[in-house]
Amino acid sequence: MTATEHPPAYKYVGTRPIRHDGYDKVIGKARFAADLNLPGQLHGAIHRSPHAHAKILSIDTSAAEAMPGVKVVVTGDDFPALDPKNPNFDLAANIIARGVAYYHGHAIAAVAANTKPEAQAAAAAIKVEYELLPAVLSIDESMADGAPLVNETNHTKFVPPGEPSNLSTITNLDRGDVDDALAAADVVIEREFDCAHVHQGYIEPHACVVDTGPDGKTSVWCSSQGHFRVRSMTADVLGWDKSRVKVTPAEIGGGFGGKTTVYLEPLAARLSEKAGKPVKMVMSREEVLRATGPAPEAKMKIKIGATNDGELTAIDGWMAYGVGAFGDMAGLIGAMSVASYKFPNLRMETYTALTNTPKSAAYRAPSAPHAAFAIESVVDEVALELGMDPIELRLKNAAVEGDLTAMGMPHPRVGLVECLEALKASDHYNSEVPEGAARGVAVGFWFNIGEESSATVNLNEDGTATVLTGSPDIGGSRASMALMAAERLGIDVYSITPVVADTEAVGFTDVTEGSRATFATGKAVVQACDMIIDELKKRAASIMSVDVDQVAWVDGAAVSAGHGGGEGGEPLTLAAITAQAKRTGGPLTATASLNAAGAGPSFAVHCADISVDEETGVVSVLRYTAVQDAGTAIHPSYVEGQFQGGSVQGIGWALNEEYIYNADGVMDNASFLDYRIPVASDLPLIETIIVEVPNPAHPYGVRGVGETGIVPPMATIANAINAATGVRMTSLPMSPPKLLSALNKRSK
Amino acid sequence: MKYAAPTTVDEARSLLADNPGSRVFAGATDLIPQMRSGRPEPAVLVDLKRIDQLMAVSHGEGKWTIGAATPTADLTRNGAFSGMFPGISEGAGLIGSDQIQNRSSLGGNLCNGSPAADSVPALIAADARAVIASSDGTRTVAVAEVVTGPGQTSLADDEFIVEFEIDDAPANTGDAYLRMIPRTEMDIAVVGAAVRLTMDGDTVTDASVVLGAVAPTAVRVPDAEAALVGSRLDDDTLAAVSAAASAACNPIDDKRGTIEYRTQVAGVLAKRAAVIAADRAQNGA
Repeated sequence: MTATEHPPAYKYVGTRPIRHDGYDKVIGKARFAADLNLPGQLHGAIHRSPHAHAKILSIDTSAAEAMPGVKVVVTGDDFPALDPKNPNFDLAANIIARGVAYYHGHAIAAVAANTKPEAQAAAAAIKVEYELLPAVLSIDESMADGAPLVNETNHTKFVPPGEPSNLSTITNLDRGDVDDALAAADVVIEREFDCAHVHQGYIEPHACVVDTGPDGKTSVWCSSQGHFRVRSMTADVLGWDKSRVKVTPAEIGGGFGGKTTVYLEPLAARLSEKAGKPVKMVMSREEVLRATGPAPEAKMKIKIGATNDGELTAIDGWMAYGVGAFGDMAGLIGAMSVASYKFPNLRMETYTALTNTPKSAAYRAPSAPHAAFAIESVVDEVALELGMDPIELRLKNAAVEGDLTAMGMPHPRVGLVECLEALKASDHYNSEVPEGAARGVAVGFWFNIGEESSATVNLNEDGTATVLTGSPDIGGSRASMALMAAERLGIDVYSITPVVADTEAVGFTDVTEGSRATFATGKAVVQACDMIIDELKKRAASIMSVDVDQVAWVDGAAVSAGHGGGEGGEPLTLAAITAQAKRTGGPLTATASLNAAGAGPSFAVHCADISVDEETGVVSVLRYTAVQDAGTAIHPSYVEGQFQGGSVQGIGWALNEEYIYNADGVMDNASFLDYRIPVASDLPLIETIIVEVPNPAHPYGVRGVGETGIVPPMATIANAINAATGVRMTSLPMSPPKLLSALNKRSK
Repeated sequence: MKYAAPTTVDEARSLLADNPGSRVFAGATDLIPQMRSGRPEPAVLVDLKRIDQLMAVSHGEGKWTIGAATPTADLTRNGAFSGMFPGISEGAGLIGSDQIQNRSSLGGNLCNGSPAADSVPALIAADARAVIASSDGTRTVAVAEVVTGPGQTSLADDEFIVEFEIDDAPANTGDAYLRMIPRTEMDIAVVGAAVRLTMDGDTVTDASVVLGAVAPTAVRVPDAEAALVGSRLDDDTLAAVSAAASAACNPIDDKRGTIEYRTQVAGVLAKRAAVIAADRAQNGA
């Protein structure tokens, strides 16, 4: 279902063509990184730390090097020591340890051999002498007075340089007078929350093939959300010029933020350089879980005050995010995500704390799901205390254009009110709650980002077109680029071939992250189309022998008002112009590059009907609706897919997903058997309602939709559990053992 | 590592006798993931699926005979078997996915030695027997005596299970198996409970209660069986079944569940399985 107040008359935008890359993906022809094999390639394997925190006293690779098939072994000594001020200093230290292993699973050495089993056997034969250091395994331990240092190279950001610290950021945001407002409030609710580490759970493990030639030129084929970043990170870690590295993006089997960084490529590049042969590296699922970025864990305390008539007058928040062994800004970003309600008085004290666990990575709206779980749970309690409908309470306080986020930035035009109204009017919200079930709702926000993008449009001699961008397609963006180009140029969407081009074939483009591809790269595509339309009009003017300012571009053809158009009085189609390109000035191509401003925030409201088996603590999701503002849905199916995907990952996060560490900091459940992402039969069809409040900063009104969908589910489910059982769950995941234990305490 | 695919029990016997350190397998649905995750490879892998006797299901002389390597899908799709032993069938049908079901077997599920094996509790509740081939002949033991601890069996290195024998269920008998997993499928039992009841009208005349995943092996719960026999499954009886089941638990705390949770839920599942088994005994599956 789509809710649009005034749908503009677009011919292609808003339609649902089969995606250009769909056929290959359905029949299994699409090439993912692990599908590529080069002649003579070696296979890599990694020796990983068995300890959560240890000094590396020595590494003996001699036995490994003498093993059959082994060509080369590298350790941290094979990589340049980066300046601590280098933005990729932590990245480099995470890719391969130098002197200290900071978490269980930290790469210590890498091997390349003729076969993968030979490489694995050799990796296992590497002998490392360690001196154990105290492992800090929780936010509480990390922040305790006198805590051992997690990482002696970490210093708190944004403050004058001081001693090394376990805290990466300390942020205080303050407006109004929170203490007075809470004292004056009719209702004050305070709760404490915690969230376990969760993984992005992409199905495709990290993989790459890297070939470094004798001239030093290096070609990388890999799965990533941004091949230009793979290029810069790989070059930085190796101390190379970026021009040495060419990165070709493979199809990607899921990223969700987790593939905005690199783990394997610099290792494979160094192995390839030393061996003089291509090197392929593919992680196992266990390696993915032990050594690639989870989302942070978090602890939060949220206090909200309200008046009897439902005005939320103050929020007092304390949030700490645990990000693993390297610095990050998760706490600051968590504070930035507090933006759904007006809150005249606000205080957010946030921390980013280090622990001896894997370096966290982005995961869909990073940091926002944790904060929303806490805040939306407390807002639900306020509504219950006041006896108000949870949608009405939220409508009364919903942020609108001009209201300030926690960071003090005024919202542009946003669609929270429209989302709440759409849910209120929905079939789901107006249906009776099924017998034995209960309903919960919650709101989510993500600001989205713009950043740099390039697009090249090449018109072919027959009037078809190729659109090259540098944005890996992780959610249907190729189809969206083609739709926007079709709309602009006025030619059929299937006469456009959207291409994700390599780092040497298209201009610099930032990572597909921050829900930016359809917004920012789409903007570049539209701009390139406009440039080429200007050129088409010039060519048409010369063919028609009229002044260019007398030529308009209408429905894929040049028309001239003054001359009735065309040589025969007809409009001159794009194909007619490209057919004469050679004699009118040569090929028709245009490239646009930009740093896109005005990414429109996207709000969402989710609604769940659930039932609880009170004897086992099992929660069943019976019905689930995701309402979200897409600005304008370029390809509604892929917008809905983003809503559904975010919802499903959020429901997994809510109910079962967690890293289970033992006392030594070893993850006990490093497999998809025991790291429990939802299976299809766990969930109903996720219903979607696309709200369209166009973003004024995009030619078609696009707001990114990739991330917000994961923000509301945890509180939505928690609020429904509370409605079903009277038990307020404040700890994620709300797994059967935890829920049953809470239910036991309730009945006592 | 060598692979052998004997076509007779005798051929398999000699292979095992001649190759110390070899290992038999049926579906390999546990074996392959174990080897992939770093368990040592055996010298010879002996595939039992080419031996007709291990792939056969038959009924006669008052008992069912089920080849140890028979795909569990063949059991769950066998209407006559599933009609008589719905609990065994539903336990067997919970092993892995549909694809796995075409490979997984009762023999493999049992000999893998997992306390959480889904097909085992209902087999024990039905007093099923395992016919075991060894180098010097054949012996028959109760299924309950095969597994001795996690990953451990009472079988010698050169022995393997040929088939299972299950006596026909008496009239007015029903069985049921329930398991707790945090998801709806593709998971390993946190708790399993099988109950088999024989009824005379509303009164229970015979009862078997067996729990999985709550102790080093599947465990029978005599106190729950005693509470059931002679009862009409009233609330007090069910409470006693729950209490006895929980009391019989000796679980571990691990990534799949806590001691407290497993103990409590074992009582819940035993009670619920008893109610289903009674209904099947009275009304058919």
